[in-house]
Amino acid sequence: MTDDKVYRWIGSSPVRPDGIDKVTGHAAFGADRLLPGMLHGLILRSPHAHARILSIDTSAADRIPGVLAIVTGTDFPDVTAAMEETGESQIDVRDLARNVMARDKALYHGHAVAAVAATTTTIAEEALRAIKVEYEPLPAVLDIESAMAEDAPLLHEELRTKGLAEMPARGSNVAAVVTYTRGDPEAGFAASDVVIEREFSTPTVHQGYIEPHAVVAECRPDDQATVWCCTQGPFVVRTLTSKVLGWDVSSIKVIPSEIGGGFGGKTTIYLEPVAILLARKSGRPVKMVMSREEVFRATGPTSASRVRIKLGASRAGKILAAEAELKYEAGAFKGSPITPGCMCVLVAYDIDNFRITGYDVLVNKPKVAAYRAPGAPMAAFAMESMVDEMAHRLGLDPIRFRLDNAVREGSKAAYGPKFPPIGLVSCLEQAALHPHYQAPLGPNQGRGVAVGFWFNVGMQSTATLNVQEDGTATVVTASPDIGGSRASMALMAAETLGIAYERINAVVGDTEMAGYCDVTGGSRTTFATGMAVIQAARDVVDQMRRRAAKIWGIDPDQVTWRDGQAIPPAEHATEQSLPPLDFAALAKSAAKTGGSFVGRASLTAQGAGAGFGVHLCDVQVDPETGKVDVVRYTAIQDTGKAIHRAYVEGQMQGGAAQGIGWALNEAYVYDAHGIMENPAFLDYRMPVALDLPLIDTVIVEVPNPAHPYGVRGVGETPIVPPLAAVANAVFDAVGVRYCDLPLNPPRVLSGLLPAAG
Amino acid sequence: MHAFQYVAPTSLAAARELLKDAISVPTRVLAGGTDLLVQMRAGLHSPARLLDIKKIPETNVLCIEAGQARIGAAVCAARIGEHDALRRLCPGVAEAIALIGSVQVQGRATVVGNLCNASPAADSVPALMAAGASIRVIGPDRERWLPVAGFAVAPGRTLLAPDELIVELRLPVPDAHTAEAYQRFTPRAEMDIAVVGVGARLTLDRDGCCRAAEVAIGAVAPTALPAPEVVAAILGARIDEAALTRAAAAAKSVGNPISDKRGTADFRRHIAGVLTRRVLRTAAERARQRSL
Amino acid sequence: MTKQHVLTTINGEQTEFLCEPQQSLLGALREDLGLTGTKEGCGTGDCGACSVIVNGRLTCACLVLAVEADGQQIETIEGVAEPQALHPIQQQFLEHAALQCGICTPGLIMATKALLEKNPDPSEHEIRYWLSGNLCRCTGYDKIVRAVLAAAAQLRGAEA
Ligand code: FES
Ligand code: FES
Repeated sequence: MTDDKVYRWIGSSPVRPDGIDKVTGHAAFGADRLLPGMLHGLILRSPHAHARILSIDTSAADRIPGVLAIVTGTDFPDVTAAMEETGESQIDVRDLARNVMARDKALYHGHAVAAVAATTTTIAEEALRAIKVEYEPLPAVLDIESAMAEDAPLLHEELRTKGLAEMPARGSNVAAVVTYTRGDPEAGFAASDVVIEREFSTPTVHQGYIEPHAVVAECRPDDQATVWCCTQGPFVVRTLTSKVLGWDVSSIKVIPSEIGGGFGGKTTIYLEPVAILLARKSGRPVKMVMSREEVFRATGPTSASRVRIKLGASRAGKILAAEAELKYEAGAFKGSPITPGCMCVLVAYDIDNFRITGYDVLVNKPKVAAYRAPGAPMAAFAMESMVDEMAHRLGLDPIRFRLDNAVREGSKAAYGPKFPPIGLVSCLEQAALHPHYQAPLGPNQGRGVAVGFWFNVGMQSTATLNVQEDGTATVVTASPDIGGSRASMALMAAETLGIAYERINAVVGDTEMAGYCDVTGGSRTTFATGMAVIQAARDVVDQMRRRAAKIWGIDPDQVTWRDGQAIPPAEHATEQSLPPLDFAALAKSAAKTGGSFVGRASLTAQGAGAGFGVHLCDVQVDPETGKVDVVRYTAIQDTGKAIHRAYVEGQMQGGAAQGIGWALNEAYVYDAHGIMENPAFLDYRMPVALDLPLIDTVIVEVPNPAHPYGVRGVGETPIVPPLAAVANAVFDAVGVRYCDLPLNPPRVLSGLLPAAG
Repeated sequence: MHAFQYVAPTSLAAARELLKDAISVPTRVLAGGTDLLVQMRAGLHSPARLLDIKKIPETNVLCIEAGQARIGAAVCAARIGEHDALRRLCPGVAEAIALIGSVQVQGRATVVGNLCNASPAADSVPALMAAGASIRVIGPDRERWLPVAGFAVAPGRTLLAPDELIVELRLPVPDAHTAEAYQRFTPRAEMDIAVVGVGARLTLDRDGCCRAAEVAIGAVAPTALPAPEVVAAILGARIDEAALTRAAAAAKSVGNPISDKRGTADFRRHIAGVLTRRVLRTAAERARQRSL
Repeated sequence: MTKQHVLTTINGEQTEFLCEPQQSLLGALREDLGLTGTKEGCGTGDCGACSVIVNGRLTCACLVLAVEADGQQIETIEGVAEPQALHPIQQQFLEHAALQCGICTPGLIMATKALLEKNPDPSEHEIRYWLSGNLCRCTGYDKIVRAVLAAAAQLRGAEA
């Protein structure tokens, strides 16, 4: 099922409105703002993974000429616990405040304990060295097993596990337990001909955006602050910063800069409240830019995980029962993506009997932040590896086996609701037919298949459309453009208004000039903000129809809008006295006919469409070194209607590349004290151009009925399948089932050598 | 980064003058700076003076003369890659140097800097050792030649005195029966640090038997090591599968590798064997080609 | 420490500035000269976001001291376009949607410029090898490689 509506603009791939600025170096990113008198702020970070902070003495640092402000935890108010929505996840603002600046305890290596602002970076560095912090080091818990042990040292003594039948009396590092069940799993396993069970693990990995976090803050004497920063959501920055500082939202204005990647990691805050306090104390603008090392040590990685799956199936190839146990590291504060992980783990299959249990586990590592389809890739790695193994055990083609068990319209999702039209079956069928799936493999090569899923989300968006007197229009939203969303907004506005794409500019506004928008994240921007843009454009169309009716002296209902023109009813048109009035003409005469046109829309979007994808991966394994090369890759995805085709493909390719990195080489390497040993791009090993092949894409467009043009959301699903697609391909190549990521050469070789003798 | 004094002398004499107080004014030599500046920013060194040698003519020499390849201490890796004769005659050294960093880094990094950084994983070092390279070292009022083998004494430490600098590196150009090769292993295709690197130079006689050989292995010990045991396994023999298997087995016992973020000790030993086999095969093939 | 005087040529224009000896060329370009088109992703030579061309060689500006720029010819992203027209590389990056967030783009354009000046007809493999010092986390490199191939073809065509 695909969409066969004919559009003028939607589905094309024009150059983006901000394109020239981005290729000439003029686009201003987080660190690109320079203000007169600007100070440089730096953060002092904990050298311990877990320690009580006994005292902080800043007096020597204060005396250094050029040091104009110092803040520590005591400069922040004590915030009461309350959950706040950040777009892809919720965060407890008390935790957030303590993550921004440690109070009584440092909870991970790199945790902020103090900050300074000085006239130069060199002086600020000197000041950091002059701050004396007395620590009492505490034993650190660095992995799920030791965190869950009976006698584990506790990160937060007061924390009690949520989700148990009764409130436990004792503290724990398990913040929550979540469960989902259906049917009778035991009976399902008993009825199964084949039952398999394995445990999988994935390491801590980082979003790896190339632009480090950066902020410039100014604070007037009346405590009105302006913050310029690279964020996925200026309004979320405003809300969270105001909570951490205990200020009103209206006393903070957030201007989103261009953003150099986020992938979920820039849906929260780190520097913003600190910079405001430094600016307030010094009376000068303060700029803070993280180093790459700080980005690795102190900002949102995603959870390391352990996932155990038991799967039962009939000989005929029907999955009869499943059991999944997921444990995700949350880092130093509660809130791993365990809930979406549990909701996603079995989501692609129609299974009558299952039990899913998830644990949110605290460890002395940085607090995790959202990362593209938060929680889903680790779950899919385990499940799709098991599905692959089951197909293999049953002697069935892996796509055929998936098709026989796939969810489709009307199936009940593992997390509850019935699916509206979805594209999993179409994607699997496309995969089976793709030339890639038929192509012969060379020696030491193997092919893997895996499925991925993401909910996609709606949430709040607002759009304004200002019509200019020259017949152009400007779309204003507060959804930062991370991957070409200005172009998508302009395309949808052009389509709705019926005017040329080139006549539309799309801009990203700040929290004072634009209406509320939630973050660019959750694959919601083209869906939800797009919906607001379409409604704002329809608002303009309505206004123009009414204006034309007024000019013509007829009833507005008699005026239709087609191809960018107000058209009078047939009886008037034939008289030749009333030629159609087009967009430009109406815009030009606006001043004389009743004022300019401004379209507005504000909504909480409902009906985000679930997005399924299927990836095909060919690898070549060097049997002597264990090195895995991805030699061919195809991403197939139901994106709903693709608004800007090239950027949709780009999302699919970029997500696949990140997933391949996660599968092959990326991982935080910790020493025994909880210090990350590879906080640099050199040793963190994200894929470089030479590591990847061209990535073929197939866009399947099952329209989302809840969106005027059928948009689902694209960005997250593509990072979900690659982990298992790569592992399944390695299995196909060498016959070894690897359950622990990354599949770096030492790991792969260790699986090959015993087999070799 | 700490503040320091920056000087860029334009002659060897002026550089020597500056070296005179290099003990009282802790000095570091700056050439490409691709390791030094990163390490200074990380607080690993805080010299009071940086002595930039790039403006000294002698450090910019790059030529082949009298059977020797001469590479000035300020010559960046990219220039070496563009030197056709050097690439043709010393392919092992050239391919090792070409592996140092990205294209951007190649435009700055120098071979001598790679030596002085004294990383056990430095790509150029095993190849230079196998090639029998040596360096010209000058102090305020003295001068000496040192072999590359043994120049690094520990990670980050060399035989260079605090008031010395290296002017150039020389290596004998192989004769018509001699050829060389270098390979390293990294998890990523580029932009990575060698888990193990193996350099070899070998000479075949008319019958294809190995008449002379030098092999050196990087990243299996605190410094790159010569591998006489590998040489012993092939000397006098034809470079066939049996000889390669002996050599690979011998390579596994070279050094005392550690487990770290870049690989486990066992993995390093295994890879040393694999690479030794591959490098010797390539070098022997090149030697055969050359004697044709 | 007193500042040092540097006289250099940036995008064809004689430029003078004062800098502390420890300042990087990247810092001087961005903070003192306002040329913020050159980006910083790591400060350790591992991402290529700061790529500039110094005396014809592609270089990480974060690995060069500002004082070393004295007497050198420096090209940055701000000098790539003509006053009224984008460079073909810039045009092809736009038309091939070779950027998503765009933070890596200035560095990639400089790297591509250096590549095509040296090798006007690179293969896909040569492009991937040359661009391996430039990390892009958004695109998976596919569209970047295609944009470079197209730019190379266009530039060759322009010369023919
Ligand atoms: S900032 Fe220079 S290479 Fe990353
Ligand atoms: S486009 Fe974002 S890093 Fe390349």
